[in-house]
Amino acid sequence: MTLNIFILLALIAAALWTVMTRSLLRSALGLALTSIILTILMFQLDSPLAAVFELSVCAGLISVLFISTISLSLPLSEQEWMKHMRERMARFWFLPLLLILVAVVLSFMNIKPTIHLPAPDKIQDVRFVMWHLRRFDSMGQIIILLAGVFGVVILFKEKIKK
Amino acid sequence: MYSSLILIPFFSVIVLNLPFRTLMKKSAFWVCIALSLIQIFAVLFSPTGSLGNLTEMFFSFLRVDLWIDNLSRIMLLCIGIVLFTAAWVQKELSKDEERQFNFMNVLLLLLAGLNGIVLVRDIFSLYVFLEITAVSSFILIGFNKERDAFEAAFKYIILSVIATALMLTSIGLLLMIAGDTSFATISATLKTSPDKLLAMFAVAIFLCAAFIKGGVMPFHGWLPDAYSASPASVSVILAGVVTKTVGVYTLIRIVYSVFGYSPALTLILLIVGTLSVVLGALAALGQSDFKRMLAYSSISQVGYIVLGLATGSMLGLAGAVFHLFNHSIFKSLLFVNSAAVESSTGTRNMDNLAGLAKKMPVTGTTSILASLSCAGIPPLAGFWSKLLIIVALWMGKFYAFAIIAALASILTLAYFLSLQRRVFFGKLREDLAHIKESGFGFLLSMTILALITIGAGLGFPFILNSFLLPVKTISGG
Repeated sequence: MTLNIFILLALIAAALWTVMTRSLLRSALGLALTSIILTILMFQLDSPLAAVFELSVCAGLISVLFISTISLSLPLSEQEWMKHMRERMARFWFLPLLLILVAVVLSFMNIKPTIHLPAPDKIQDVRFVMWHLRRFDSMGQIIILLAGVFGVVILFKEKIKK
Repeated sequence: MYSSLILIPFFSVIVLNLPFRTLMKKSAFWVCIALSLIQIFAVLFSPTGSLGNLTEMFFSFLRVDLWIDNLSRIMLLCIGIVLFTAAWVQKELSKDEERQFNFMNVLLLLLAGLNGIVLVRDIFSLYVFLEITAVSSFILIGFNKERDAFEAAFKYIILSVIATALMLTSIGLLLMIAGDTSFATISATLKTSPDKLLAMFAVAIFLCAAFIKGGVMPFHGWLPDAYSASPASVSVILAGVVTKTVGVYTLIRIVYSVFGYSPALTLILLIVGTLSVVLGALAALGQSDFKRMLAYSSISQVGYIVLGLATGSMLGLAGAVFHLFNHSIFKSLLFVNSAAVESSTGTRNMDNLAGLAKKMPVTGTTSILASLSCAGIPPLAGFWSKLLIIVALWMGKFYAFAIIAALASILTLAYFLSLQRRVFFGKLREDLAHIKESGFGFLLSMTILALITIGAGLGFPFILNSFLLPVKTISGG
């Protein structure tokens, strides 16, 4: 339990770094790091296949997409960059307060849901779920990836040609 | 057969991008036209019911159970019609073969996503197809690569991601409560679940997500920018079907088929609907940008649909669904009008336009028809749908909301009269003396959409009995 909490804290730290770092490239790397820590957490929680997916898709494929997009985009001018740096965090001052408020409210609500987990003999292998029960959704995910690739090519590729 | 409405657009994109890409570039537009026409005819001439057998026959490898009812049919019809017209508008606007090819590819992916949303009966599958639609929409909004378009796309991405996070959290909670993600199971479980508080929380955050996606007040932040900054053909698609499907259709489907009604839910829908109707109309009155006015008008009209849904009665639901269809058609028509005006004059600022009806008679006439229908003037289609909604509100004893909805129609008429006066009537400005009526693609789109608006108004009794009242057969699958 202690290890899981430590990993969870590391996850939050990595996610915060991803959002707050000043460089887009570092942000993409931060996202990959967040995914890697999440992968470790999933392994800890006995979900090896979900962990492998997280590692290959989120830490691998998505990071490659982000980094290739960043390499195709033009950086801001120095003036724009300075303006962006000054203003980028000011608008989010209320988010930590909101988070604390939600946590306090939830702790007072004392929610203890009846979780409907399948019986041990009904638990299906995640591969069976992915390729048999959720085949249609897997195809949907492929379409999303295809749309993402189209987005990068259409919105960013021509810019470098000019 | 209906699963092919999702699969064929997807496989078309793959085929179009295979080795004969150069040859395929010319055919991408016609593929889009053919698929939207097939969709229109398939919806008009095929039966409702479970599609499991047909799916098994043709696409057994997917193992998906789709379901179609009258609500899905109306939505699929809207999608087919609007994408058909948007493809023609894009063809008219862009002569660059490469750009047109790219646009049609994304349009096909969008078609697959929208059709998926309408046909699935599983809340997680719904989420997957909502994401396909959202990603395609980001690309289309930023398609012109202008600063405003990128800013609008970014706003849409951020708000859409918030909606997605809320939706996914809600789905997780519902899965925890029900043990399954199918509409039927969740619906049955919510009625008997001891976890009322958790269920209410899941329902509330799902509703917030649907409100953001539908762009209703006060969740509308992204919508005016996205509608006004995106390319003209994309505005037609966004206003005509994207927000209608991802926001409004999802809301109707989830409320009616899954969550069911409760006094709290009714009150939320009534308040959100009324806010949208009134504030959207007031905001529209103050606009001088043609597309921005239409964007705020959309927020207002979606409010009527939410009000119809809030009544929970058959009449209210029939009104909501009919207004969904009507709004999809006449708002697409108005956006095609604005695209035609912008393409001919080079501006959307209504203060720099006047007397265009003389030079652009088809654009002017169809624009008047669409405006009158939107304002609820008989015998056009918009009148009947608003009438059904207001009568349903009155019969449900929501008197104050019925009166506000009726009075807001006057606001709608006011801003559309202002639009007509500033753009199409009055003395033609000297600098606009050289302009001509827009091209074939625009004229075809405007004529088709105007004919549907008139036809749906005149054929209202038939539509009511054949399509709208049977909407009560909405099922959880």
